[in-house]
Amino acid sequence: MIKKLFYEFKKGITVENPTFALVLGLCPTLAVSTTVVNAIGMGVAATFVLLGSNIFISALRNFIPDRIRIPCYIVIIATFVTINEMIMKAYFPALNRSLGIFVPLIVVNCIVLGRAEAFACKNSVLYSILDALGMGVGFTIALVIIASIREFLGNGTILGIPLVKGFEPVTMMVLAPGALFTIGILIGIMNFYHLKKKDKKEIKGLGCHGCK
Amino acid sequence: MDVSKFVMIFISMVFINNFILSKFLGLCSFIGVSKETRPAVSMGFAVMFVTTMSSIITWLIYRFILIPFNITYMRTISFILVIATFVQLVEMFIRKTSPHLYKFFGIYLPLITVNCAVLGVAVLNSEEFFINSKIVPGSFALSVVQGLFAGVGYCLAMLLMSGIRERLELVEVPRSFKDVPLAFVIASLMSLAFMGFSGFRF
Repeated sequence: MIKKLFYEFKKGITVENPTFALVLGLCPTLAVSTTVVNAIGMGVAATFVLLGSNIFISALRNFIPDRIRIPCYIVIIATFVTINEMIMKAYFPALNRSLGIFVPLIVVNCIVLGRAEAFACKNSVLYSILDALGMGVGFTIALVIIASIREFLGNGTILGIPLVKGFEPVTMMVLAPGALFTIGILIGIMNFYHLKKKDKKEIKGLGCHGCK
Repeated sequence: MDVSKFVMIFISMVFINNFILSKFLGLCSFIGVSKETRPAVSMGFAVMFVTTMSSIITWLIYRFILIPFNITYMRTISFILVIATFVQLVEMFIRKTSPHLYKFFGIYLPLITVNCAVLGVAVLNSEEFFINSKIVPGSFALSVVQGLFAGVGYCLAMLLMSGIRERLELVEVPRSFKDVPLAFVIASLMSLAFMGFSGFRF
């Protein structure tokens, strides 16, 4: 029981990481990862929406007719996005300005609708909460990784603190091309390790080790 | 109201602020559908059509419903609902009236509902052409033109990318970089090239 609960939380961070393993919700990932602060803000905002929509959808899963489920999900998600927008405008105006158009665009983020469709409509509220938290944390971690690479190379700082003295930053990294380049290389490295693991398994299966 | 404003929107939306290559809107479909030229162009045209139509509809809603009743915070929820319904309606209409066009758009039309480029245009229009809920002169025409050229920019990026990726199929690349990672690196180089347009004024 406890193990299953922990698994539902953990899978979003590791094996089903929304950015690196499922490659979902890329638009905000690339656009807001210019600084680590923005990345954390976006991650928290997305987690909030994910949590709210997962709770409501899994609580209402027996009442929503199967045929019109997608519009129902969209209404629930859009409600939480609007709440999120209003909270941000009231308490974090600076963050709201720097995230800009991507705050209302959380509504079309594939991760949120994807989790509603793949998980929350089939599981109980408790599991859905853990799933949402895991996915949200996984998304935030991925964002922070990308943002720290970009902020360090493009600006010479992390969280606004300069790290290395006399470092001449590559401005391209904080602009649009840097984002695409970083994510391409990161997914490539990820694939490299996955393929290496797979090759090892295949050799084990076929060679002398397989006879035991 | 002069023509130069429209030309400026054209240059800005297609080259300088290209939706895919510099604003990161609609990336999922850009990476997903750009493997071959034909489907990529179909998708591009479908997006162009939907961005234009949805800028018209969302402008009307924003101007005549949300602003008079002072409920602009309902923007996100109303826009996404209207766009989703509209796309569904268009799909039904096209299927009934023109099977040929239906075949051309194929499955890409319903996919567009959750494309951030479409909602992105609507939100941008409502922010740029209604400053503090006050209507900017000529805002309707500007919104429609912005929607159209955002679609044109999307189409252009899609066409270029699919052409490059078709050639890449025949090239030997490191196994771990096959497909998606390489597509991102190529997109990065394209975006670097498009940055050359920035600062271009009319």
